Formats: sequence, C-alpha cells, structure tokens
Amino acid sequence: MAFFIASSPHNHTQQQTSALMRLVMYAMLPGLIAQGYFFGYGNFIQIMLAIGTALITEFIVLSLRNKNITAQLFDGSAILTAMLLGASIPSLAPWWVVVIGTFFAILVVKQLYGGLGHNPFNPAMAGYVLLLVSFPVQMTAWLPPFQLMSHHLDFANSAATIFTGFTLDGYSLEQLRSTADGFTMATPLDTLKTNLKLGLTLTEIQKNPVFGEHFALGWEWVNAGFLLGGLVLIVKKAIDWRTPLSFLASLFLCSLIAFLMSPDSSASTLFHWFSGATMLGAFFILTDPVSGATTPKARIIIGLVAGFLVYIIRKHGGYPDAVAFTVLLCNMMSPLVDQYTRPRTYGHNVEHK
Amino acid sequence: MSIVLAIAVLGLMSLVFGALLGYASVKFKVEGDPLAIQIDELLPQTQCGQCGYPGCKPYAEAVANGEAINKCAPGGEATIKKIADLMGVDVQPLDESHETNNLPKVAFIIEQDCIGCTKCIQACPVDAIMGAAKQMHTIISDECTGCDLCVAPCPVDCIKMIPIEPSIQHWRWDLEQISIVNVD
Amino acid sequence: MESVVERITRKHFWKFHGGIHPPEQKFITNHKPIRHLPLPAQLIIPLQQHIGAAAELIVKAGDYVLKGQSLTASQHPMAVPIHAPTSGTIKAIKLAPIAHPSATQEPCIWLTPDGLDKWRERIIREDILQLTREQLLDIIAEAGIAGMGGAGFPTYIKISHQTPIEFLIINAAECEPYITADDLLMREHSSMIVEGIKILQQIVQAKYILIGIEDNKPEAIQALTQATAQLADCYLCVLPTKYPTGGEKQLIQILTGKEIAKGTLPVHAGIIMQNIATCFAIANAVLDDVPLIQRIVTVTGQALDKPQNVWALLGTPIQHLLDQCGYQAENNNQLIMGGPMMGFSLPTTQIPVVKTTNCIIAPTEQEIPSGNHEVECIRCGQCAEVCPSLLLPQELQWSAKANDLPQLEKLNLFDCIECGACAYVCPSQIPLVHYYRVAKVDIKQQKLQELKAEKAKTRFEARKLRLEQDKRQRELKHQQAAEARRAKMNSTDGDNAKSAVAAALARVKAKKQATTDTSTTNDAIAVDTENSIAEQQQSQVAAAVARAKAKRLAKQSQTEQAPEILEKIENEPKNTKSNNPSQDSKLQTDSNSETTAEAHHTVQPNTVDAVAATLSREEKIKLVIGKAKQKAETTQSPLTEPADAVTTSIASNKQHADDRAQRIAAAIAKAKAKKQQTEKQ
Repeated sequence: MAFFIASSPHNHTQQQTSALMRLVMYAMLPGLIAQGYFFGYGNFIQIMLAIGTALITEFIVLSLRNKNITAQLFDGSAILTAMLLGASIPSLAPWWVVVIGTFFAILVVKQLYGGLGHNPFNPAMAGYVLLLVSFPVQMTAWLPPFQLMSHHLDFANSAATIFTGFTLDGYSLEQLRSTADGFTMATPLDTLKTNLKLGLTLTEIQKNPVFGEHFALGWEWVNAGFLLGGLVLIVKKAIDWRTPLSFLASLFLCSLIAFLMSPDSSASTLFHWFSGATMLGAFFILTDPVSGATTPKARIIIGLVAGFLVYIIRKHGGYPDAVAFTVLLCNMMSPLVDQYTRPRTYGHNVEHK
Repeated sequence: MSIVLAIAVLGLMSLVFGALLGYASVKFKVEGDPLAIQIDELLPQTQCGQCGYPGCKPYAEAVANGEAINKCAPGGEATIKKIADLMGVDVQPLDESHETNNLPKVAFIIEQDCIGCTKCIQACPVDAIMGAAKQMHTIISDECTGCDLCVAPCPVDCIKMIPIEPSIQHWRWDLEQISIVNVD
Repeated sequence: MESVVERITRKHFWKFHGGIHPPEQKFITNHKPIRHLPLPAQLIIPLQQHIGAAAELIVKAGDYVLKGQSLTASQHPMAVPIHAPTSGTIKAIKLAPIAHPSATQEPCIWLTPDGLDKWRERIIREDILQLTREQLLDIIAEAGIAGMGGAGFPTYIKISHQTPIEFLIINAAECEPYITADDLLMREHSSMIVEGIKILQQIVQAKYILIGIEDNKPEAIQALTQATAQLADCYLCVLPTKYPTGGEKQLIQILTGKEIAKGTLPVHAGIIMQNIATCFAIANAVLDDVPLIQRIVTVTGQALDKPQNVWALLGTPIQHLLDQCGYQAENNNQLIMGGPMMGFSLPTTQIPVVKTTNCIIAPTEQEIPSGNHEVECIRCGQCAEVCPSLLLPQELQWSAKANDLPQLEKLNLFDCIECGACAYVCPSQIPLVHYYRVAKVDIKQQKLQELKAEKAKTRFEARKLRLEQDKRQRELKHQQAAEARRAKMNSTDGDNAKSAVAAALARVKAKKQATTDTSTTNDAIAVDTENSIAEQQQSQVAAAVARAKAKRLAKQSQTEQAPEILEKIENEPKNTKSNNPSQDSKLQTDSNSETTAEAHHTVQPNTVDAVAATLSREEKIKLVIGKAKQKAETTQSPLTEPADAVTTSIASNKQHADDRAQRIAAAIAKAKAKKQQTEKQ
C-alpha cells in the first residue's frame, strides 16, 4: 500500500491564509458601519464596485499567468484590497475613479510584481495615491457628515450620483457638498490646513461645524470603529501589536510636542488620532504583512517613522491627509530596515567563560 | 562675466576630478587579469579540456577575452549561469557538441587488462593515476575528477568510467523518488 | 555558578525564545503500562543504527547466535557494535531499506528467531564502584549504546571527554506530542534509571546533576522524586510544557541560562546531556551485562485499536508492531517514525526498529491530514516569533526558493535545529523545514565540490610545474651535451673528432646513395655514435620501428612528412624515454639533407610543426595506436638475440649499405617480436 510521504513536521495549526484575510475583513466592519451611518451608502457602493473590479482583474491576470484560479482568486487578498480602497475614497466619487484605482492596484501593484506575497507596496494605498495625484478634483470632493448636509441621500440617489454625477432630482455633487450657507465642506483635516495657512488660530478654526463637539464630526466615529476592529485583530493575533502601537505612540508624541510648543496653531493629539485615516492606517494598512516589515524590531521602527511622517506631512505637506504617502514611504524602507534589524541568532556572539 | 565664472569653476572641477581619477588608476591598479581569475574560481577545475582549451585557467582567460561562456560541460548550467552573472552577459544553453549527461564519474582501471604502458598516466591532467612503466596502474579515486581524458589513450581499453553513487549524506530529500522495495 | 543552582532551587528557570504548544495527544498511550510483545517472525537488524560508521561483521549467514551476542565488532572509534536481540539463526546478510527518510538500502542482518530466547553468558557486576572510568567506558561501548533520544551519537564518546564537567543534564523532557516512551520508562523503572545516572556520574564527575522534565508527566515526576531523593547534588527540574523544550540547546538554556556558542559543543561549556532512556540502557549494560537489544516504542495514532507503549526488540519490522496494536489500514494514509514534529514518513512497513526509534504514529486522515496545500508566503512573521534559534524562517524560505546559497549561509541556515515550529504555525502551510533541508544538502555539496576543485587545481598546477621542470632539465642536459661535444671537437682531439664527423657525413651520403628508400632508419643508427648506445638502443629501435610504420602510413594517406609528424606527435605528450632518441635520431627526407650529427638541436622544419598541429588529438592518438597495432599484426619469429647484439651488429656495419640494410631489416623484425611479447603479457 502506497503511503503518503511528507517532510516533517506532520502536524499543523491548520490556520489558513484565507481565514486570516477573512478575519481582517470582519474586523473592518465596525468602521465601515460607522462610515455608512455618517456618510451614507456611497462607500458601500464604492466597495462593491471595487470588489467586482478586483475579482475580474485578478481572474484575468491569473488566467494569463496560468495559475490555480480557484485557490488564488478567493484567498481573500484581492477582496481585502478592494475593501480598503473603497473605504478610503470620497463616498460619492464617480464610479470610474474606484474602478481605475482598483484595476491599477490589483494589476500593476500586486500581480505585476509577482502576485500575493511578492508586492513591495501596499496595493490599496498605491492605488489611492494614483487616484489622488491623477484626479485631484474628484478625490477631494468629500461629502460632509449627514448632520451637515442639506440634502439627505438614500441608496438610489447615492447610486445615481456615483454613476451619473447627478442625483435623481438633478443635484450635482458640488451642490450636495454645500451647506445651507453655501460653503462647500471639506474634511476636518483639510479645513484645519487651509485655515491655518490663512492665519486663523485653532480656537477660531474649531468653531467650524465640521469639527463637531469632539474632534471631527463623523470621522471620529469611523476611526473609533476601526480602532475597535484593530484591537480585535491584535487579540486574535492576526496582526502584530508592534506597528500600530509604535505608530500611534509616535504620532501622539509628535503632535504633543507641537501642541506644547504652540497650542494655538497645532491640533490636539487626539484630533490627529481620530481624524482622517489614522486608525485605518494603523491597524489595517501599515500592518499589511506582505508590504510591511518582518522582523519585530523593524516593525517598531517602521511604526515610529510612520507616525513621524504622518505628522510632518499633515503639518507641512501639500496634502491634508498623509497616511497614504506615509505608507508608501514606509513600504520602501521596510526591506532595508529588515536587513539591519535581524535578531541575533542563538549561539552567535556569545561570550564563552 | 558670470558665464566666464561658470566655465572657470566647471573647468577647475573637471581638472580636480580628472586628477583624482588618474591617481586612483595608478595607485589602485590591479596586476594580472582579475576577471580571468574570478572566472577560473567558478570553473569546476576538472581540467578535462572538453571546452577546447588545455585546462580551466586558459578557458577562463579566453572567456575574459570574449569567448563563449557555454563550453564547460562538467560545470553545466550552474556554472554558465554564474559566469553570466559575473560577466553581465546572457545565459546561454550548454553547447550542443558536449554531452549533456554529466553525472559525476570516477575512472577505474580493470587491472587484469592493464599492460603498464603509462599512456593514461601521461594523459591525466591532475596526476590521479599511480603507476610506472610495466608496473600496474591504478586510479587514485579521491583525486580523479572524472574528466575522461585517460580513456582514449589506453591501447587496451581497460579504463571505464563509473558513475558515483550519491551517499546517504547527500540525499536531496526527493520525497517523490523514494523507491518502495518489496522485502521478503 | 552558584546563581544557576540557586535559581534552580528556587524553581526560577530561564526561557528560550519562541516555541509552540501543539496538542499533546499523550492521553492516547500514557495510561497503559508497557507491554512485552511476542517475538516477530523475522528480525531485520541494520548494521549501522547510529551516527558514525558501521562496525565490522563478525558473523555470517547461517550462524546460530544467542541473545545478546555481538554481531559486529568495533574497529573504529565511531563504530558501535550491534547485538542479537534474541537467539536464532542468521538467514542472510543483505541490503534492505533502513530507518531513514530516504529508505535507502543498506546492509542488514536477517535473523530468524528460534523462539527459545536463549541468552549468552552474562556477568552480573556486583561492585561497580571499583571499576575504573576506562573500564566503564569500554563496557558502554561494547554494549552498543548510542543516544536514544533520537540523534544516536555513540554514548561512550560523548561522555569520555576529559574537560571538567559542571552539569550532567538528563533529558526527560519528551516535548514532542504523542510520544510517551520516556514517561512510562520513568514510571516503571525509575530506580534502574537512577542507577544509570549514578554510573554516568561516576564517569563524568559532574558538580551537579539536573534532570529536566516537563510538567505534563506528574506520575513520572513523582517516581523520579522518590528515586533521586538519596542522590547527592541532583535536582529534578519541572519545566513548563512547551515544544521544543527537549532540544539539547533549548534545555541547556532553560536550565542553566547558557547559550552554546556556535561551532562549539555543550561539553566545552562543561555540560553533558544524556537522554533518560540512555541512562537506563547504561545501567542495564554495566550492572546486568545486557547490551542494547530492545527499547520502548510508543505505538500510537487513531488508526490503531490498541495504541500503547511496547518493549520492541531492535530489528522488529514495524508491521509486527502495528499488527500487535490493532492496525486498521483502511483508515490510515501515512506512517510516521518518530514524533509528528521531527519524525519522517515511512514508505513501507518493513522498516525495522532501530536504537533511535521512539515512536510510530499511525494517524487517521482527520488526525494528521495528508496532502500539500502550500500557498505563497505572506510575510506574516509568525514563524520568526516561534523559532527557538531566533532565525528568520521567512527570509530563509525566500532565499531557499531562489536557491541563493550564499545568502542562506549569511542568514545562519545551519543554526536551524529542524524542530518544525515554524512550519507548524505557517498560515500558508509552506513546508519550511523541507526547503531548509534541501538547501543544507546543496550547500554541503557545493562546499565539497569547491574543495575538490581546489585540490584538482593544485594537482594540475603541480603537474604543469613538474612537466616544465622536466623539460627545462632536458634542455639543460642537451645543452650540456652539446657543449661537451663542441668542446671535444675543438680540443686537441679535434682531428679525431673532425674525422669522425667527416666519416659520419660520408656515411650519410653513402647511405643516401645506397638506399632508394626514404626510410630514415639508417640515420638513426648513423647518428648515435657519441651517446651511450646501450641504454638508448631499445627506444631507438622502437623509434625506428615506429618510423617504419609511419612511413607505411605515409604512403597510404598522409603527406611525405608523416614520419616527422609522427615523431613530433610522439614528442608532444611524453616526457619519458622515447624523447631523447627521437630527437637525436632526427630524421629527414630527401628534402632535408642535413645530418643530425648534432641531433640534440631539434631540427624540425616548420612544415612538420604545422602539419602536426593541424592533426587533432584524436587523430594523433589513432596514428600512434595504429602504429602499435600494426606492430602487433605482423607476426615475426621470436627474437633470440639480446638487444645488445642487435645494437652492436647495427653499429658495426656502417660501411656496407647492403649489409646494413639486411641487418636493419633483421633488427626491425626482432624489435617487432619483442614488442609483441610484451604486449601479450
């Protein structure tokens, strides 16, 4: 009788990569629900579009590469990338924005570099940066939270705006974004940056309704949701605690120092934590195992650097939110930091008495 | 005026750098042909002559001067690839004129047939045959590189090449190839 | 080192990095006592069951052996003898697949038990304290004891180091899942184990004895506590259960906090570790003169009806063990010898139990699934978190797949202990340890090749040097001879010399007139007056013969200069006898009428060189062989005159062309026959 021959070890935790991906997707749900609550159905539709594009693109590429399609198509990595990208872009951006972004992310950033496990850059963030740089108008047309909107959109209207640019009643996106006063609303970070440049102090800036009562209306809950999901992932050992912790600590420290130095022109530490894509970046993007660092020390270093970079770019850079660029810069640094932070192997450099 | 200044500055810089380069080319000059030595390090040193050159060092020197890199049969694909990496040229498949089946082999003299003519001794490039005129010849198998050069000179055809059996220490964990033998 | 012992007494042990907690599965077999099995029908005993070399056979097929009788004798320090596990007849000694992952065939002794289980004579030793260290080591070596924890290193070598030993560590951890052999041994035979420890202590004289055991074996801990109560300086250390606590380096780190430096052995740090089953075997060997002929094997897995620990004779085929434990083949897809983490798959059930076999697992498909579900590495880094050697398995895997051997060495591949923790946790189910094993073999092979190449190069260079030196010496000799000749000619004896030269010239002319033949045999004879003829005659004649043959060939196909070409060919590779006379007896055809009185000047027309060079090596060799073969073909009457006679006859008859021609013909015939004779020998 022919026995199955294998190399040791013969037993295994039976944990699978696809299970890991699914766990991450579930952990994103609290943040996504918060986002849907405050900003409408837009992001949900964008995510669906993104998933569709991702699967189709991955299918085409895998067929061209003659790979095992059933195993690799549904291993969750493409869907996760799509979800991350769909959640990051403005909720009513035109449909072709997310399609182009996802297509680029899957085809060029992931598959052209070798597929799962071989991409040096985070596909979602690289796709986001492509969109930001190529379509600045569409990518800065953020919808304000529903409390500030003059028109409330249901699912049909959201879909119509995404696909045609106008609601069923004929309102354009610009009109939707304006408040009753006629201002077009920007994100809290954007508002902060613009107004600081204009020379306003923090107290004056924070009178703007977009900041809400705490830090950033709507956005703070989204970030809180992602924070919750991230903590679940850490407890379940799906991601390493080092990167998020060091990232948040570093960001906290940088904003604290700046705040102490000039309280009137620096936003508070928790503002930085709970606005923009901070928590999403901390727990879901910087911790992407494929493009991040692998040694424990390297993960801490990357987190620290990322926090610093996010603060610097937010304060002095050209774009209001810095997470995407920071992530790409950190992805570039990871192999180098990995090389210099290898742990000391057992038995090496040991003093013999 | 400013353009004259610019030209002067750039001219001065080029002089300085040129001087530095000249100095470096004299001070750090390497004797011999380091490329040939490096290539020779990559060759398997069987000194068999299958490449057409009398030994590995001459072939290395030829390759350094532009000879094709795919002539070393004992080195095989691995060596071609290493030389290609070193020289920055494309990898080429092994020259068809060579036999492709290059298992490691050792020569063996069938002592009943040996006539003590010393032709094989003279042919061996690494002096791996022990013997003298009219005395029995034998192969020192530890030194034999399996280059085949002794087989042809033997007038009584008493040398054969035996493939070396891989030992258990060198088993490459080919799990697919474990033969199941029926034991009685 | 007080702090180490202090910490141990405080039960505050160290930790090692990483480690995993796989399901222990010990409940399957740890509640049943060890069972003795009936004798199998056939024992297959491999000659080598340890690290090192096989010992020499001292029995042959057909011999009747008693239980415990030595079957091999050790002539080599790394060779450990094997003994007959029971009495019976040796049916055969032949190749059979052995207990190794490759299942290669190596020599084994096939023993058919006769059922009587008759012992050889045994010496029960009462007072072992009187035995010297060397005597004890001898007994242990003769008893064939090798490390029974899995490695199989000859025990007596390990404990015979002369360095002062601080810690004697007894490895009772048994950290791998499923295995309970040591656990049961400790429960049932703790006093004998302690006897073994005492014997070890007598040999190594360690300052402290530490017994490392995991906390999942409460009964064994209790038994050992009682048994070691009276043993001085002995500490029973109960360690938290973690795999691989039982690895040598890891256990040393936990118990003493020391890391064994790369490239050194524990004994250099004053530590010796032995498995607890080895201690038991030592006690049996020294006290009861029982060699290593059986061991406890855990036969476990859910495809068995009655999984349990058994006393298995060495050489028992696995099939017998499985049959005795209720094997259900239909539920089972793979067999593993060893634990699930470090054991290897068996391709057949005829593999025998050896000294290092501690477990056989027969799992069902759900228990240990078969099949390969490897996907890409996602760099999650979980493998690096569990590696006890603090390596980076993901980087090792990248380099191994890319076959980047230098990078693998840089990443310390050889520090991998192949424990399997990394592959156990990998979510992508990559068989990491397999890649490392293949890479290790590749690197070792490559190093061996490099060494061989270096040796070959050195020999080649040395040979080149030798040939050059020989050539230079020859040239020097030629030059000196030329000088001597010139000096002689210019000296007062000049007239004689000159007349000799004149006579030679005259002879040459005469010869040319006499013979229409362009054969140049005469020249050979004519020229060689000055040099000592006797020693060169044989080769001279041979050269002459050669030339005759070559001339024949020349007529057939080659150019006129074939003889010269042949000469040149013969000159090329050789540096022995024929060179001198060939060069001396420089031949020429009608085109070249120079005498070769000063034949040591190599007078080789350029055309000869050119033609000789154009012939390929093969053709040259064929030419030479052809000549030799032709020699053999022509049958001649055997020579009766010695060579000297020939030469003198040749030398003396120079004047008369006819005579000379006749004699030359005779000489040729003699030479041919002589050659034939030597060839026939």
